[in-house]
Amino acid sequence: MIRFEDVHKAFGSNRVLRGLTLEVPKGTSMVIIGGSGTGKSVAIKSVLGLVTPDKGRILVDGKDTTSGDRDAFLARFGMLFQGGALFDSLPVWQNVAFRLLRGALKRPQAEAREIAIEKLRRVGLKPETADQFPAELSGGMQKRVGLARAIAADPEIIFFDEPTTGLDPIMAGVINELIREIVVEMGATAMTITHDMTSVRAIADNVAMLHDGVIKWTGPVAKLDNSGDPYLDQFIHGRAEGPIEAVR
Amino acid sequence: MTALLSPLAHLGRAVLAALTSIGRVMIYAVTALSHIFRPPYYPREVFNAFVQIGWLSLPVVGLTALFTGGALALQIYSGGARFNAEAVVPQIVAIGMVRELGPVMAGLMIAARVTSSIAAEIATMKVTEQIDALVTLSTHPMKYLTAPRLLAGLITVPILVGVGDVIGVAGGYFVATQSLGFNPAAYLKNTVDFLETLDVVSSLVKGCVFGGIATVMGCYYGMQSGRGAQGVGQATKSSVEAAAVLILAANFLITGAFFSV
Repeated sequence: MIRFEDVHKAFGSNRVLRGLTLEVPKGTSMVIIGGSGTGKSVAIKSVLGLVTPDKGRILVDGKDTTSGDRDAFLARFGMLFQGGALFDSLPVWQNVAFRLLRGALKRPQAEAREIAIEKLRRVGLKPETADQFPAELSGGMQKRVGLARAIAADPEIIFFDEPTTGLDPIMAGVINELIREIVVEMGATAMTITHDMTSVRAIADNVAMLHDGVIKWTGPVAKLDNSGDPYLDQFIHGRAEGPIEAVR
Repeated sequence: MTALLSPLAHLGRAVLAALTSIGRVMIYAVTALSHIFRPPYYPREVFNAFVQIGWLSLPVVGLTALFTGGALALQIYSGGARFNAEAVVPQIVAIGMVRELGPVMAGLMIAARVTSSIAAEIATMKVTEQIDALVTLSTHPMKYLTAPRLLAGLITVPILVGVGDVIGVAGGYFVATQSLGFNPAAYLKNTVDFLETLDVVSSLVKGCVFGGIATVMGCYYGMQSGRGAQGVGQATKSSVEAAAVLILAANFLITGAFFSV
């Protein structure tokens, strides 16, 4: 279980998180929605230690994320970055097997390659892709490679940062389905941040709406359309009028 | 009164900002150095860094040294002719190349070629979240990106400087023997007789320091990069400027330490 307790984070005078409190139960898929710049990415990055909160704490299975062995802690996570964040200098299979080629989870090279090819197959990519470089792949293929890398070491918790941004609707649908299948299959806890309401309905067990640095609404995806929350209603229906100010 | 103090306040802020930057770079350099000796090690990254920084810089450093040595011979010959001292060409080329021009030219070429490329690569990695991805994959960016490059800089640049010194002296030798009428055997003898161990040692020490400066500046500014293409451009420009100035400043200090009377 991941638990945010009154997390605050500011960048200069810009107060991004202003007391974020949220609970993600183990084995469930939580999707955080909200406008651009509301701190969704900062929330995920705070869990991984990429951003240090100014105040509050984040607990994973009851343990503070800032304590204990950091490598062992990070080994429990997989993350799909918005732009893929694949390493340009490495072929696809070494990107996927990055964690398996070094550090505590190191395996023999042949075994790591085999696992990488299996994970690539799992996300719908042919084994021939393994020896290509990221720059040779389309955006959709790069997302799939990113997804394969996120699941390569069978993590307990997976984060997805805008998994469908920049993809055509069909490819977005494919990625959504893959994410849902993989999360269910692995029994992992998932946290996704997105603006894409199709993704929300495809991926989420639970949804949280982040606005002005705090959670305005949270609940199961089935209650999304009749929440009665004006912020959520405005967001999911894409209305310009409502409590969320739209900059024109 | 406020108007009078305003320039002083600006000056104070600028000095404080400069000192803060120097402090940050020093802490970064010391941390990077410590990571060279602490596991885990990334031999593949170290090998790649040796190839990129050392081996692939050889042509540009060699050509620069060759032409500099040749031009130096011509200058000393024509300058020396004003007071009938044309015969000192071998000695001055040797001392000039080994003590000063060899290391400085190599250092500046490394700053142009290596520092810029390291800064642009790491800055792009930062902008595209590859550095964040490294962290989430339990890999310390300092260990994976900076330590191998710093190690390669500290070891390969002195070697490059040594090779550059030899090529530079050879450049002077070719010009002197082919167009200035020097006797080849006498030229070589004069060169070898005149050079001292300290000249060579100072050259190699400079190479080591310049290699460290060039790689640390590239990594530091790359890691500090702002967002987007402009951030990458700014990081690259700042890294080369800082490396070039620091290399020249370090050259002055090392020369003073070795040869001040």
